[in-house]
Amino acid sequence: MSNLTDLTVAEIRDGFRSGDFSAREVAEAFNANVAAAKALNAFIVETPEKALEAADAADKAKAAGEALKPLSGVPIGMKDLFCTEGVQTTAASHMLEGFKPTYESTVSKKLWDAGAGMLGKLNLDQFAMGSSNETSYFGNVISPWRRSGGDNAALAPGGSSGGSSSAVAARLCPAATGTDTGGSIRQPAAFTGISGIKPTYGRCSRWGIVAFASSLDQAGPMARTVRDNAILLETMAGFDPKDSTSLDLAVPQWEANLSSDLKGKKVGIPKEYRPDGLNEEIAALWDRGIEWLKDAGAEIVEVSLPHSKYALPTYYIIAPAEASSNLARYDGVRYGQRDLPDGAGLQDMYAATRAAGFGPEVKRRIMIGTYVLSAGFYDAYYTQAQKVRALIARDFEQAFEKCDLLLTPTAPSASFALGEKQADPLAMYLNDVFTVPASLAGLPAMAVPGGLDAQGLPLGLQIIGKALDEQTVLNAGLAIEERAGFTARPEKWW
Amino acid sequence: MSIDLQTVKKIASLSRISVTDAEAEAMVPELNNILGWVEQLGEVDVAGAEPMTAVIPNKLRLRDDAVTDGDVRDRVLANAPQAEHGFFAVPKVIE
Repeated sequence: MSNLTDLTVAEIRDGFRSGDFSAREVAEAFNANVAAAKALNAFIVETPEKALEAADAADKAKAAGEALKPLSGVPIGMKDLFCTEGVQTTAASHMLEGFKPTYESTVSKKLWDAGAGMLGKLNLDQFAMGSSNETSYFGNVISPWRRSGGDNAALAPGGSSGGSSSAVAARLCPAATGTDTGGSIRQPAAFTGISGIKPTYGRCSRWGIVAFASSLDQAGPMARTVRDNAILLETMAGFDPKDSTSLDLAVPQWEANLSSDLKGKKVGIPKEYRPDGLNEEIAALWDRGIEWLKDAGAEIVEVSLPHSKYALPTYYIIAPAEASSNLARYDGVRYGQRDLPDGAGLQDMYAATRAAGFGPEVKRRIMIGTYVLSAGFYDAYYTQAQKVRALIARDFEQAFEKCDLLLTPTAPSASFALGEKQADPLAMYLNDVFTVPASLAGLPAMAVPGGLDAQGLPLGLQIIGKALDEQTVLNAGLAIEERAGFTARPEKWW
Repeated sequence: MSIDLQTVKKIASLSRISVTDAEAEAMVPELNNILGWVEQLGEVDVAGAEPMTAVIPNKLRLRDDAVTDGDVRDRVLANAPQAEHGFFAVPKVIE
């Protein structure tokens, strides 16, 4: 029997059903990998007992001849941004240290109801704000990848879903949940050589996910194959009356309809995504991606997204504005930390609690958001940004009159060393240059690994689809996956 | 448009985040850097563009005006830093 922790979600699901192994054997194998990987710091809380509990339930159901659930026998990692009943949920912040929700997020509940088991809560950038997983109160997550040639520098797993990407790449879990506000599923997937999809805004309920920027936040899966992403997303998506922006639509059968035949599809290549100075290896991978999609039967057309260069500054007004409002709830009264200096009144308590509970990047974004929403500046910053956002969405609409999907790089570089970009917040923000536009327009977008760069580090390609057309995104991802033949994996050092 | 130390302290106060003088000093160039960069949006011609309100057209739903929740006081209070007599407790508000 092959190593159980090398199996994909589909292989675990099917192998368990056909009796090749028990669910308990799978859970135990992953629990052991999690326990042995402390050096990666991918988990904030480990829950081996939860994984075993779900596995035993699956084994028992199978022995009794009961109908199995879609994810029976499959253990997964849960980003610590999803509220899990009775299990600490921190958003990687000191503010929520010790917070044990009395309810379960909709997305995590759907996964458990489908038979999945929880291996633990995955580390992330604090309140999902960051692109390198260096803003967590619980320490940096380390990528399992290292540069070739004996350079042992600790590398960034990407962010904010860095615990998820690191854990999946290191075979600590076959799949994990992520959330994506401006690229937080796609960029970490690209950095670690795995796949991840952010569905159309509204596909996955936001209920019970610690809020960052509500008009952008979307949950999605991260896994090693496109098929696994389709499987997970089918369970995670679906209408939820508890989220006012949840889309009341049936969930398509993405897995059953997977097809890498792209005949009749047109793939748009946005010319603005190829700026002067684009990393040559990334440009070369992009060209290979174009050839792969042609080989799959697609026709390539050039398209223009003229407002692309304004996407990042637009995002860095809208996301902090929404964050400043969402994070106002952390007041030291209802949940989370409280810092009450001697003799302090209520206002002092708020200010002291928030000074002690938030990390520097979170404070920076709250303050930017407060400023752009403040009297006298609201129209110049926030209203202007929402108008530019409408133009960015219109760019995509016009491009999609000429094509069915877009192909771009996922990130402007491969993973970088921890600490390398910490000093300059702006340099860090630029990591999301290719992922933010689709977020602003609410479109489905996926990262798939394309190859390794000269340093031996993974590079990803991004597919952006029309609203609600996850199927075409997944199908193009599959076409790339089949042709890229990406089998590289990090050599175990942890 | 650049912001000064006093503005940083005002934003911090509006944000209900206490900052030391040294922290506020350090934030002046940081925030100016970011705000200077986002100001390039001013050059975009937005004539005729309505501010985005929803990325995916979606009608705001109404639900029946019925009680669907409640009777969970202890669960609501379970994570409170200080809960007394079935209430959230806070320091003195009125002098």
